Amino acid sequence: MSAARREVRVTVNGRAYSRSVEPRILLADFLRHECGLTGTHVGCAHGVCGACTVVLDGVSTRSCLTFAVQVDGKELTTVEGLAEGDSLNALQQAFHENHALQCGYCTPGFLMSLTEFLRETPNPDETQIRERLSGNLCRCTGYANIVRAVQAAAQHLREEGEP
Amino acid sequence: MAKHGIDARPLAGGQSLVPLINMRMARPAVLIDLNRCAELTYLREADSVLACGPMTRQRELELSPTVHQHCPLIAGAMPHMGHATIRNRGTAGGSLSHADPSAELPGVAMAMDAELIAEGPNGRRSIPVAEFFFAELTTALEPDEILREIRFPKANASTAAVFAEVGNHFGGLAIVGVAAQVELDAEGRCTKVALAATGAGERPTRLTSAEAILLGEVLEERTTIEAAEAAAADVDPLEDLHASAHWRRRAAVAMTAQALRQIAAGVHN
Repeated sequence: MSAARREVRVTVNGRAYSRSVEPRILLADFLRHECGLTGTHVGCAHGVCGACTVVLDGVSTRSCLTFAVQVDGKELTTVEGLAEGDSLNALQQAFHENHALQCGYCTPGFLMSLTEFLRETPNPDETQIRERLSGNLCRCTGYANIVRAVQAAAQHLREEGEP
Repeated sequence: MAKHGIDARPLAGGQSLVPLINMRMARPAVLIDLNRCAELTYLREADSVLACGPMTRQRELELSPTVHQHCPLIAGAMPHMGHATIRNRGTAGGSLSHADPSAELPGVAMAMDAELIAEGPNGRRSIPVAEFFFAELTTALEPDEILREIRFPKANASTAAVFAEVGNHFGGLAIVGVAAQVELDAEGRCTKVALAATGAGERPTRLTSAEAILLGEVLEERTTIEAAEAAAADVDPLEDLHASAHWRRRAAVAMTAQALRQIAAGVHN
């Protein structure tokens, strides 16, 4: 069943986007196909793998379980919004230095979920990190290096005194 | 909803319904998004209950000091309920209305004897939780009704609560869970016992035989084992891809024992 197209105005990584879309379009597809922001990946499309995670009004959200029309008027951050100019942010740099990615398909989701986690939990222990990582699936690197990267990023951020 | 009847579905957090839509297992013609109804999101403390708006996010239940203080069983169950990102969007009312047999909150509501308020074109009505869950994904809500409020009775200072669960990995798909809420007197005797299992039948189930054994008793290992074994007869599990009926029955016994041991050891919410 098709329905009338709806206007969606949304701010993504500080930039305003306005697109006319069918109400059935998922946010993940909206970001990729309408906004050209292909850093957000779609893995399972039912909320299990976490590859599509974005930050919606400050909280991590599965973009495969959200419709684009639901974010009208809201603010989003996707993986494209993490780097500071041409330099990786602390979490991205820690992933790079600790070999926390291999094929990289799952990485944007991990980064977005962990961005929220490190803001809420600036000094996490390994159990807390692993609990948080349970919401994102990686099928090639494994989790040991990702845990190390989170620890390194948390330490760096604490030393920098940044949020 | 009055106009579209069973073709319409209310959309709460979308963490269960949207996967079903994406997999084409649910094909509602009309989705009615409740996410912009601010008046459906609240936690209000009354004399004997904590009233919860249906659109209250699970993450808020997890982090709320009021919930920790007055409804320790909810606080204990929340970390099991999907992952943090899922709980950011998933709602209290959505989980109860969706009525997945393995979901945690329906079991919690059963153990707490929650009262559910439905609202439709004919006004509001109260549904005791024991009469709310009919079968898998089927509740007492009419097609033109939504769950309008959940009233969780407040625990008192002597209440110990544990949610014990076995699943395929932490935060992943739940297989069997047991919600336990026990009041102990100064001598450690159980003066009030509520146990409910999830994932061990087509709806959440009170473990009444186990409760009867524990009432008035001290939580010693012998009593714990006797009560947990009695729980096997209280459940009527179905077999599916994830576990056989026998496995689920034994898991209900094991989770009952685990919850009771944690309460006996003082490791509880």
